[in-house]
Amino acid sequence: MKEQTAAVKMRNITKRFGSVLANDQCWLDIYHGEILALLGENGSGKTTLMNMLSGIYYPDEGHIFMNDEEVIIKSPKDAFDHGVGMIHQHFKLVDVLTAAENITLGLDEKLDLKAVSARVREICERYGFEVDPEQKIYDMSVSQKQTVEIVKVLYRGADILILDEPTAVLTPQETDKLFAVLRNMRDDGKAVVIITHKMHEVEALSDRVAILRHGQFVGDMLTRETNAQEMTNMMVGRPVTLNIERPDPVDPRPRIEVKGLTVRSMDGILKLDDVSFTANSGEILGVAGISGSGQKELLESIAGLQPTEGGSICYVKDDGTREELLGKDPLSIAELGVSLSFVPEDRLGMGLVGNMDLSDNMMLRSFRRGRSLFTDRKAPRKLAETVVAELEVNTPGVTTPVRRLSGGNVQKVLVGREIASAPTVLLTAYAVRGLDINSSYTIYDLINRQKRQGVAVIYVGEDLDVLLELSDRILVLCGGKVSGIVPGRGATKRDVGMMMTRLGGNKADA
Amino acid sequence: MLDLVSFIPRAVVQGIPLLYGSTGETITEKSGNLNLGIAGIMYVGAICGVIGSFLYEQAVPAAEMVGVLAVGIPLLSCLAGSLLMGLLYCFLTVTLRANQNVTGLALTTFGVGFGNFFGGSLIKLSGSEVPSIALSATNGYFARKLPFASKLGWFGKIFLSYGFLAYLAVIIALVAAYVLKRTRTGLHLRAVGENPNTADAAGIDVKKYKYLATCIGSMIAGLGGLYYVMDYASGVWSNDAFGDRGWLAIALVIFTIWKPNWGVLSSFLFGGLYILYIFLPTGTDLAVKELYKMLPYVVTIIVLVITSMRNKRENQPPASLGLAYFREER
Amino acid sequence: MHKQTREPLVHIVKRDSLPWYRAWAIRAVAIVLALLLCAIVTTLCTGENPLQVYATILRGAVGTRRKVWILLQDLAILLCISLAVTPAFKMRFWNIGAEGQTLAGALASAACMLLLGDRLPNGVLLALICLAGIAAGAIWGVIPAVFKARWNTNETLFTLMMNYVAAQIVAYYVIVWESPKGSGNVGIINPTTEAGWFPQIGGNKYLLSVLVAAALTIFVYFYLNYSKHGYEIAVVGESERTARYVGIKVERVVIRTMLLSGALCGLAGVLLVAGTNHTINSTLAGGQGFTAVMVSWLAKFNPIAMIFTSLLLVFMSRGASEVSTVFGLNQSFSSILTGIIIFFIIGCEFFISYKLSFRKSGRKEGDAANA
Repeated sequence: MKEQTAAVKMRNITKRFGSVLANDQCWLDIYHGEILALLGENGSGKTTLMNMLSGIYYPDEGHIFMNDEEVIIKSPKDAFDHGVGMIHQHFKLVDVLTAAENITLGLDEKLDLKAVSARVREICERYGFEVDPEQKIYDMSVSQKQTVEIVKVLYRGADILILDEPTAVLTPQETDKLFAVLRNMRDDGKAVVIITHKMHEVEALSDRVAILRHGQFVGDMLTRETNAQEMTNMMVGRPVTLNIERPDPVDPRPRIEVKGLTVRSMDGILKLDDVSFTANSGEILGVAGISGSGQKELLESIAGLQPTEGGSICYVKDDGTREELLGKDPLSIAELGVSLSFVPEDRLGMGLVGNMDLSDNMMLRSFRRGRSLFTDRKAPRKLAETVVAELEVNTPGVTTPVRRLSGGNVQKVLVGREIASAPTVLLTAYAVRGLDINSSYTIYDLINRQKRQGVAVIYVGEDLDVLLELSDRILVLCGGKVSGIVPGRGATKRDVGMMMTRLGGNKADA
Repeated sequence: MLDLVSFIPRAVVQGIPLLYGSTGETITEKSGNLNLGIAGIMYVGAICGVIGSFLYEQAVPAAEMVGVLAVGIPLLSCLAGSLLMGLLYCFLTVTLRANQNVTGLALTTFGVGFGNFFGGSLIKLSGSEVPSIALSATNGYFARKLPFASKLGWFGKIFLSYGFLAYLAVIIALVAAYVLKRTRTGLHLRAVGENPNTADAAGIDVKKYKYLATCIGSMIAGLGGLYYVMDYASGVWSNDAFGDRGWLAIALVIFTIWKPNWGVLSSFLFGGLYILYIFLPTGTDLAVKELYKMLPYVVTIIVLVITSMRNKRENQPPASLGLAYFREER
Repeated sequence: MHKQTREPLVHIVKRDSLPWYRAWAIRAVAIVLALLLCAIVTTLCTGENPLQVYATILRGAVGTRRKVWILLQDLAILLCISLAVTPAFKMRFWNIGAEGQTLAGALASAACMLLLGDRLPNGVLLALICLAGIAAGAIWGVIPAVFKARWNTNETLFTLMMNYVAAQIVAYYVIVWESPKGSGNVGIINPTTEAGWFPQIGGNKYLLSVLVAAALTIFVYFYLNYSKHGYEIAVVGESERTARYVGIKVERVVIRTMLLSGALCGLAGVLLVAGTNHTINSTLAGGQGFTAVMVSWLAKFNPIAMIFTSLLLVFMSRGASEVSTVFGLNQSFSSILTGIIIFFIIGCEFFISYKLSFRKSGRKEGDAANA
């Protein structure tokens, strides 16, 4: 290893949340002029550890050294003063303020927004960003917001940069651009830490990897001396296989036929423009696209949660009769006898109620059953117990509020409930977002099981590698339009990536 | 027809306590604290001023009173009293993260009780025949007008016929608007009220801003109570006379969509609506006057509904209004 | 070189749920501390022995049979209003307009008594009074709900304003119905015929309110915890998006719940006018609509616990008025004591949800010296 002083040394850091031990005597070294990938399963304490370096949390025990001197970071302000800048997974921006106002937030200098804007433009020019300093945040796309976050950190002259899953919301092209910027910074002598789940990004970008498991540091190594399999094994603590299976579809028949679906957002922006496709039973239809290309609106239209402007969504029953779903709410769709399950992107904000326990959450789908004025509490409790047992949900019991569970377990509860109603259509949005490898594979497995039972699965995903391995067909959205539908077997990442940014991909070039 | 030259000054003096209250509450709400205790705080501000000047008037004969002390003592006791109320609110909601609505309502119960209790005790002490205390000497200092105002006809009457606290209210409102909009402190305060999480991550001391904004807001609101007793009511305190002006001040905050500079004219409009029933010819039908008195509230409801219908991002309440903030929440 | 910052002495950590007995122990300690502070304040204001003062409070609250009944009556009304606002609060709909909804109910029943008092048989009249009062409260409650459901209009401020609109409308009718003219109040309605007065059960004019409140407590408890409506309310309160996702019609739930909330407030108004006071004025609700918010919140929206929180507040307020009379203080003294107690209870919730963690470190002084 290099003969240099670590920019940051974290030693014996312990942090508890209630009875949950997030970090347990954890340690970590960060060096200048190096990109460090911080790897670990969900709940292994990566984000918590970095939050302590950036002053969001304060450690219960342990010490942090910078250039061999102990420092106390008890607020984000202290962190800035020590040159630490963090870009959080959930952006820390004030919606009603402009980019420039957000960037200057928290600094001490006299407020001069013109000067701020000028400097922002200067930084943008140097790194090739596109930011309008006078634009309000609520008018921005996700990737624009992320750019503002990065500019903010650069503006403050941070020399230790932490990024928490920065590529989750970016296209492959945007990701490449970001990586180029990060490499520039490294060459500038800055220390860069990136938290990610995506192995190919680790391999493409980082110089060194550090791995956490159960809140403890389990080891670090130079990226060029290791490989994905070894890293995964260290993360999980035992050997795992990295292949997603893809059984052949059995007797695929049209189940959902979407024709000319058009959706406009509240502010009048066209979110879906004349979208048509068919989803077959016993098949997984993958949906790819830059985030915000209309995936959310597509699923929510089918589920009856989104006001639409035109088109049709037809549900085809086994006997060939058709039911129009457009313009119906979830309740009337269910009353048609259409068994439709939906695993939404926002698990605790939409799919589940965080403050209710597991069994009350199971009741969400079933509480209307029966004519009694009162709710039946026995059946949901039983269902909760079944889901906990079958999907190996790690929970103290079925009376634990869902918000106390880790991300993977929350998702198991949600998926467990949604497939318990024996659906004929399963809609999933970012089903493995934020989940570790182990939980992700559990979810892929559950989805494949549904497919084998003849369910029409629509799988919206962000990791192209997974989409390509899992889907039978891939629907690519671009700016609310269908850019193309390609078979999952044989499609390449490059082609799909091109289709995500340009209608029809390469073919449109001519 | 309305006699504008006599109507406007009366609307203005009605509006000034509301202006103080709403400026104070706007600053407070910008930090994300919905302080429903503002009504109680205005009571406490008023009674503390009354106690201060009562003690001074008792100690010194009217002829020997010094202007600086006659104004300064009630002013400082008013500020101190409302500051303590603001601190209590902050301690409960910011440090102990209690529910803001409940704390605010409790503060109003407490503040109104405090005002009436000490008001009542002072009335007893002064051995007065009527249930009120008259601090006429102090009133003389507070209500002193510009010497040439009366010579300027209608202009003097409409613009120059007020005590210094009235002008101070307008100045404070304009300064508050400037600070909120143009300065770094204002930017940080808005960020705290919109999204404390973000503000915190940007290195802004959320607790400090919440405490400062709420305490300064409370002190400004307290001045509204002081103005009411010392100037508007000619130095006469009687229990419950202040009425529901505190709640009206909160209504005014909504009416001005959280802009203190709008508050200046709006408060006079509210003051006008509040006393319109005196000026409208209703003949002998006293009952109708009671209906006119609900005008300010109805107008507020209409504004509230219209802003929610138009749903413009800039005109909404601060996004985290009413929520406690804890950095390590998860 | 950065200046070393000192380690924070304490920092705050969120607790897992405490066992119920420890949570209640913390609340009990808070109440004891509040009572101690109240005693000190009282002694400072009266110069009396605090024990004597407490004895006076006790005497004032439950000293005689009559006082016990007045206590129960006050308790019943406060409990009734608190129960009324609770479903709305569970839905995170901050209904602080109970004052106005109660007044609306009271006004409607007073109108029935006055206008129909001598035209209808008493049984029909009583039924009509109940219906009218409940309907009026419901209407007053549902207006903000409709706007909330349709345009997401801020309900805290809307319901607050509605209180004053209601108060002015009552003030209008008080002058219209003045008796005798020029007195500024309505006086006892139907004093001779007693038309529209609720019958006294067992010769006790307060018992009816108590029975109604008891029945309501049980009803609201089961409604919130075991009915489908109650479950919908909880889901909507926790997350509107989840509610929509499972097909709950949020607008309908908001409106339905506020109809119920307003209706129960209206019922409290009916009890006040037709049951005990037999008159009406604009301060009839006496701030109980606001006190109810505190009662409900302090009880964590649990109807059974509300019996105790409202009892505590009514007990203190009755007791403190006795202190005022005996020691020659004015009536507002009770508001001060009530305020103090509520501050303590509100504050102590913090120690139930969070704990202070003290950092064990011997280096602090040394560091400070070096810095």
